[in-house]
Amino acid sequence: MPAPDADRPHVVLDRVSMAFDERPVVDGLSCSFPRGRVTVILGGSGSGKTTLLRLVAGLLRPTSGRIEIDGTDVAALPESALAPVRARIGMLFQGGALLDSLSVGDNLALPLRERTRLPEKRIAEIVAARLDSVGLDDRVARLLPGQLSGGMLRRVALARAILLDPEILLCDEPFSGLDPISVKRIELLLSRLNRHHGMTILIVSHHIASTVRLADRVLLLLPGRAVAGSPGELRASPDREISGFFDEDLDESLEPSGVATRLDPLDAEPRADGSTPG
Amino acid sequence: MRMLDAIRELGFRSLGVVAHLGQLLLFLLSILRASLLPLRPRRWLEEIWGQGVLSLVIICVSGLAVGMVLGLQGYNTLVRFGAEGSLGAVVGLSLIRELGPVLAALLVTGRAGSATAAEIASMVASEQIDGLRMMSIDPVNMVVAPKALALTAVMPALSTLFILFGIAGAWLVGVGLMGLDGGVFFSSLNNAVRFEDDVLGSLLKGLIFGALIGLMATFRGYHARPNAAGVSAATTSTVVVTSVAILIVDYFVTALWGFQI
Repeated sequence: MPAPDADRPHVVLDRVSMAFDERPVVDGLSCSFPRGRVTVILGGSGSGKTTLLRLVAGLLRPTSGRIEIDGTDVAALPESALAPVRARIGMLFQGGALLDSLSVGDNLALPLRERTRLPEKRIAEIVAARLDSVGLDDRVARLLPGQLSGGMLRRVALARAILLDPEILLCDEPFSGLDPISVKRIELLLSRLNRHHGMTILIVSHHIASTVRLADRVLLLLPGRAVAGSPGELRASPDREISGFFDEDLDESLEPSGVATRLDPLDAEPRADGSTPG
Repeated sequence: MRMLDAIRELGFRSLGVVAHLGQLLLFLLSILRASLLPLRPRRWLEEIWGQGVLSLVIICVSGLAVGMVLGLQGYNTLVRFGAEGSLGAVVGLSLIRELGPVLAALLVTGRAGSATAAEIASMVASEQIDGLRMMSIDPVNMVVAPKALALTAVMPALSTLFILFGIAGAWLVGVGLMGLDGGVFFSSLNNAVRFEDDVLGSLLKGLIFGALIGLMATFRGYHARPNAAGVSAATTSTVVVTSVAILIVDYFVTALWGFQI
């Protein structure tokens, strides 16, 4: 199979519309997400940010339009044919979406048990390495999701989302409801996944400071239109509807990230197939 | 104009009902397809434990209480006609043919059906179902099918237990309290009950009611709105709709089974 074209956008939306009960949420949206870049999707409540993310994941079907991932129109694929596409996508849900009835370790092991034929010993090693990569102790594996704090839950969910080394990571409000330290931890993890693994990352967020720190590109969903550009370009826009989104106090965004260095193992963790990146 | 509006509304609602039934049928087919591969015997056993074993106490206690009431009412009525010796037959046939499967199904709907709907609906609300889909794990295979099949499998057994405890309750009252001869009680029961007509019909009802509860509870949970109100609505509608459906289906099964015999 030829290597995907590095210059071609990784994800392309072509005149995508989506309506719930005949109420349009996304209306004729066309945009693209560059390969290996962090794109933050901003917009007001009900502007269709999460819907957009779910459309890309194939969790929702558009009422019209094309959604291409590496040239494959995922909107045209039936649910049964989406498995190979989803194998290349990880998704960090807002609430974590971990199964309540399983321990953290079993939650992480689940996709490996279901999708690979790895022996249990190898699965346990990968789970431990992934937990370590998001700065969590191996003992967390024995806890139930309900016993975790919000920040820990989000990091476990991130560990599961990246378990099978996806090319694309979709993050739905990864910073919401977290304390500043947890926000910076998640920020650093996402930044490293992008820089060291070349992951294409799409983030839906209301967190402007994190957006400015993380984003290579911002897609701003406004009523009746969508605007894309770098955070600096949009912030400097003479259009107040655009630049107004960046009016939040950004002093925090200019401070260096103070996240603990024990997150470093992310660079050297083993992949699900047993190889080591780099 | 009002007449036209009423006709339009009626048509709209009728179409809604047909669409809903079609959706239910497709969901049933997806459960049947997903229950085959991959087989998840451990998940099935967990669900049989959760739906069946944990319903034992409520089934046994209720069966005993219903049997005691039947014994008391039956004895006091039959004794007026000098027919108290038929208490075993009256109680046995009532329980085996109707009360056992129907009351056990209503109890299981309230206990296990509502819990199943609530659990699946909260998995929808907390995006756990979508999380499974993102891992290319079929949620119908992993979550829905084991619950629906477990309910179908345990219902005949729970119904049988309800009947046995009911007969025991009637025996306690009739023989223990009212002084009826134990041999008379059981010989009238033994002479009245026919295995092919009564016992098999009762087991069939249990199986059909179990499948109905499993289907309705998982369907309502799986299609719940993804919020707290959706979880609540799914739970309530499961109990209401399934209970009414059990009573209606009971009539048709009774009529068809009796007609066939």
